Amino acid sequence: MSIEILMPALSPTMEEGTLAKWHVKAGDTVQAGDVIAEIETDKATMEVEAVDEGVIEALLVEAGTENVKVNAVIARLSGEGEVAAPAAQEDKKSEPSKSSQPEQAAPAAVSKAAPAATPAPKSADGERVFASPLARRLAQAAGLDLKTIQGSGPHGRVIKADIEAARGKAPAAAPASSGAAAPARQAQSLEQQGIPAGSYDLIPLDGMRKTIARRMTDSFRDVPHFPLTIDLEIDGLLAARAKINAMLEKDGVKVSVNDLVIKAVAVALKRVPEANASYSPDGIAMHHHADIAMAVSIDGGGLITPIIRAAETKGLAQIATEAKDLAARARAKKLKPEEFQGGTFSVSNMGMMGIKSFASIINEPQACILSVGAGEPRPVVKNGALAIATVMTVTLTCDHRVVDGAIGARFLSAFKAMIEDPLTMIV
Amino acid sequence: MDFDVIIIGSGPGGYVTAIRASQLGLKTAIVERAELGGICLNWGCIPTKALLKSGEVYEQLSHLGDYGLSVSGAAFDFAKIIERSRGVAATMNKGVAFLMKKHKIEVIAGEARLEKGSPAPKVVVALTAGGARTVTAKHVILATGARAREIPTVGLTSDGDRVWTYRDALAPKAQPKTLIVIGSGAIGIEFASFYRALGSEVTVIEAVDRILPVEDEEVSKAAKRAFEKRGIKFRVGAKVTKLSKSKSGVSVALEVGGKAETLEAEVAIVAVGITGNVENLGLEALGAKVDRGHMVTDSHSQTNVPGLYAIGDVAGPPWLAHKASHEGVHCIEHIAGLKPANLTAPIPGCTYANPQVASIGLTEAAAKAAGHEVRAGRFPFKVNGKAVAAGETEGFVKTVFDGKTGALLGTHMIGHEVTEMIQGFGVAITLEATEEDLMATVYAHPTMSEAMHEAVLDAYGKVLHL
Repeated sequence: MSIEILMPALSPTMEEGTLAKWHVKAGDTVQAGDVIAEIETDKATMEVEAVDEGVIEALLVEAGTENVKVNAVIARLSGEGEVAAPAAQEDKKSEPSKSSQPEQAAPAAVSKAAPAATPAPKSADGERVFASPLARRLAQAAGLDLKTIQGSGPHGRVIKADIEAARGKAPAAAPASSGAAAPARQAQSLEQQGIPAGSYDLIPLDGMRKTIARRMTDSFRDVPHFPLTIDLEIDGLLAARAKINAMLEKDGVKVSVNDLVIKAVAVALKRVPEANASYSPDGIAMHHHADIAMAVSIDGGGLITPIIRAAETKGLAQIATEAKDLAARARAKKLKPEEFQGGTFSVSNMGMMGIKSFASIINEPQACILSVGAGEPRPVVKNGALAIATVMTVTLTCDHRVVDGAIGARFLSAFKAMIEDPLTMIV
Repeated sequence: MDFDVIIIGSGPGGYVTAIRASQLGLKTAIVERAELGGICLNWGCIPTKALLKSGEVYEQLSHLGDYGLSVSGAAFDFAKIIERSRGVAATMNKGVAFLMKKHKIEVIAGEARLEKGSPAPKVVVALTAGGARTVTAKHVILATGARAREIPTVGLTSDGDRVWTYRDALAPKAQPKTLIVIGSGAIGIEFASFYRALGSEVTVIEAVDRILPVEDEEVSKAAKRAFEKRGIKFRVGAKVTKLSKSKSGVSVALEVGGKAETLEAEVAIVAVGITGNVENLGLEALGAKVDRGHMVTDSHSQTNVPGLYAIGDVAGPPWLAHKASHEGVHCIEHIAGLKPANLTAPIPGCTYANPQVASIGLTEAAAKAAGHEVRAGRFPFKVNGKAVAAGETEGFVKTVFDGKTGALLGTHMIGHEVTEMIQGFGVAITLEATEEDLMATVYAHPTMSEAMHEAVLDAYGKVLHL
């Protein structure tokens, strides 16, 4: 019996993904645990491991195929007992009980040039789209592909209203890829906006870019946000960091300013729990832990926010170690979904890029995001006289539905106290 | 908080909502100032159907010869007919009481008034048994229904003696020999049909130029002819200028086509529409929005007052029991966080006169006005085998399609038991069937429902039996 390998759901919300790469080809023998493919979602690239051992009979979805639905059959594996699929020629293996199997398996295993034929079995499966008769007719008339339309009827059935919505949205038949792309504003083409075709190169939107576009647009438009900015003197923090790092040198751990910021944020959230919250129509969720999401930019574009869970319970060394590991794997797009989904508060640090101050966009459903600027020597007034101090500007963007100005200010004040006197972090 | 949800009014909107609420695990109470089951069960849908059945059977007796039968001494006892109708209402009323008990819904007998509260208004009940009780819940649903509209300026006010509303007409002391029915909507036509079947002289007055004005024009015309054949008189395009009581009963002054006219009868029934029960609920103090006697609600039946919802008649037309139940179930499922389908399915309307009238969706005129390129089909029962065999050949089925998409926009029927046939097309419209699916459906033979198939075929020039 052959085993069907299905498109895995890498997160509870994943509906489809891109089959980025195959690591095996038809005829290859795989062991459970072998990496057989890479799946790209809107957030990350994940490796798919074989769950059973056997011989790959056929790859049913070509590498690079976008929008592969979760649970679609992507490959077939001949089961343990039939590892001998290619051995159809060897007569001794053809037991009567499996008479028909080797015949079927053999061609798939032998013909390495199979890819050309691969799309067929998928559609032969008759991936049925549930749609009302009227919706089918309207879609046909409008030249819309039912498969691209999200049904709002019972059990996701495509109904008349869905076709009308799709027709209203995309007159230019934009291949409504899961409806993720930035909304209506895109209706006008670049040409219509005076940028001639051919005067630019078009980079296709990958999953991550679509997600950033959608989430940031939604957040900036729908969340009533406001920034609060303060300056912090960090000479004390830098001195403490030097001491700490000297202590940790033997362990090979190096604590960055960002790690200290994460720790200070987590402790400040414990003191001002109102800032560690999320808005929902049913009420305000007060989070039990400070799960700090840190924005990591990815070479070649995009960013992702891996999470230090329950950071208020973790020591600096642990935070530093975790942050380093998460950042490295984030850049390699190797994060697991649970490592970047969730989070109750975000920190975005652009200090190393020389940015003095900025206000990030709320990372829903978190109520706050802290934007950290560069620490630099600046003139300050101390006891009525000019002095020089290392100053860092931070901006807290708040979701006003949850965090009012006063709460934001209280959080920043607690945060400032800890940054300017790191000893207070351990009290 | 005493309850998750309190429902005010136990008509088909309220009690069905309560059952659904209980099924969803919500602690539910229902407040009722009169009988469980509301107007529908006690003073509306159900007891009128009992009366109409008596009338229909009696009327059949005069046609027994058509079937080769004869009976002598056919007669009726008016008091017993009324008694049967009241008995039917009582049975249904007990059924609701049983359902409330079964679903552990607390029934609070009394009249409710709302006071400011959070997260929903407080409900103060003046108990029928005396005293008051204040109950609170997270959600309060108004399902207080509606009552007959009266127009005092021209004397259209019931007195229970000579001028009746539907309520008086359901349980009169005696059968009037002569009767004027003001208003030719479903309620007016049903009473006209019942009293005429028992031999009363009935005249129906309608302000617009046709009877059953919400129905398709062809149906209005056929209905008028069918009722006239039974001896009901009509004054259409007639404006009542004054209703006054006279020695013999009532005197109704009319203006028909600019000419004044006066009609006399023992009794007049006022059936000129419905107005929502929005009074004495404390809505003004809450700042609840009320528009022309009805609560203003959104697509999930929410009012502008937090935690307050309104469903059914009190939330506006169509004033139909099944609309109230449907809206109520949607409302409570939405409250419970489910995602019920939008309330877009068309609502069928039925008139249980003899013959019956049933319709769903757009009339031909409404479809044209909405810009559809209409394809209409018709099929008369007089050539339908089952109808001929049963001697029920009156009436027809009409279909209205969108010519471009094949969407079934509406259907309209008049004839024997068509109120039982309309659901077939209701399912089709809700499932967004096109003419192709309806043509491909196999209808049992012989049935009167075959006329539905033929009316579809007729719209596309494929009718078989004409």
